[in-house]
Amino acid sequence: MAQEIIAPLAGKVLQLNIAVGDKVEEDDEALVIEAMKMETPIYVPCDGTIKQINVKEGDEIEEEDVLAIIGKE
Amino acid sequence: MIEKLFSLFKTSGIFYLTPGILVMWAVAFTLIYLAIAKDYEPLLLLPIGFGIILANLPLAGLMDPHEGLLWKFYHYGIQWEIIPPLIFLGLGALTDFGPLLANPGLIFLGAGAQAGVYLTFFAAHAIGFNLKEAATVGIIGGADGPTTIFLAAKLAPHMLGSCAVAAYSYMALVPIIQPPIMRLLTTKEERVIRMKKSRKVSQLEKILFPIISTLLIIILVPASAPLISMFMLGNLFREAKAVARLTHAAQNELLNIVTIFLGLPVGATMNAEIFLQTKVIFIFFLGLFAFAVSTATGVILAKFMNLFLKQKINPLLGAAGVSAVPMAARVVHKVGAQADKKNYLLMYAMGPNVAGVIGTVIAAGIFLTLLK
Repeated sequence: MAQEIIAPLAGKVLQLNIAVGDKVEEDDEALVIEAMKMETPIYVPCDGTIKQINVKEGDEIEEEDVLAIIGKE
Repeated sequence: MIEKLFSLFKTSGIFYLTPGILVMWAVAFTLIYLAIAKDYEPLLLLPIGFGIILANLPLAGLMDPHEGLLWKFYHYGIQWEIIPPLIFLGLGALTDFGPLLANPGLIFLGAGAQAGVYLTFFAAHAIGFNLKEAATVGIIGGADGPTTIFLAAKLAPHMLGSCAVAAYSYMALVPIIQPPIMRLLTTKEERVIRMKKSRKVSQLEKILFPIISTLLIIILVPASAPLISMFMLGNLFREAKAVARLTHAAQNELLNIVTIFLGLPVGATMNAEIFLQTKVIFIFFLGLFAFAVSTATGVILAKFMNLFLKQKINPLLGAAGVSAVPMAARVVHKVGAQADKKNYLLMYAMGPNVAGVIGTVIAAGIFLTLLK
């Protein structure tokens, strides 16, 4: 089972707190994006392991982009 | 020889310093301090603060009609209505109407928050301001600096400085003024309402929007033409994507240059005789009242809309109807995130926020039509 981290709004990736292979828990801060000059954290939606990351720091992202994929145990 | 030295000494300004001038210096230093140390709207409060010092230097004559340097900036820039519309050209090039077009229903929130403008207008008139002055004080509640300056220059130039300072200081204080009002008027259940995914807005819609709104708004309220026309032209530059150089210039070089020439003469209108009056205290109180009422009516209107909507909207969005862009939208997002950290209201709030800018300009246009 896999679940995606979806961008809830457009912005720029300021900080990436996850790496492939990381074990994460629901509500961990996965990344921080900057939109309208404000930092907004994006949270992990479920417990699991990071399978894939599609962005790096500095990337511009659009709303609903798939930012990362989490493998659920 | 000593006599010569003495007469040189007398042509210096020292003999002409008054307590009023010293008080104005203190006001100027406070604004400069707030701008630098507290980051309160530094792009405006810093030149305004310095402008106040320059206007309160005896014998320097920087504001002498037809002669003084700052008088020329003021006369040709602000009285001739050049600078505020140019600021709007830049703001238009920076504004994304996408969130508004994605949720057009939220445009009402931008209109609802103008109630503070009108209530304050009546309140100010009731306590002794004449109609033109009352309109200028009321427009502070729209939380839009250039519009406040534009209207003040036409209706009540003697209050321009204090109204501009009130508008810009309260804009910096939006994150402090708004949240308690927003929390007071909403329940936790309302604050956690998540918004329905926005629809995608096509480029064609974004190009048509500035053109059609120019036609509609200026035909309805012709007095809003100088600000609306420039605002929408800037936005058309942005959305057309065919004139990237012009968009860039409007957003950056031009906006920065006119910002310098906006703040300095606005500060320079504030000399001791004009500024140190009890009326100014009322302007600041009424300005705060206007901000608070606009926030409250925005939220209340959103709750009212929810009575009829199947898909409920988050009533916090109403507070974004004051046109402090994007501060009010950020505040909505933050208050929403305090209730539910995974609720991202920022982009939804930008809709009413940009609608609020248009709403304030229209409100100013209506005042001009009725009172000029």
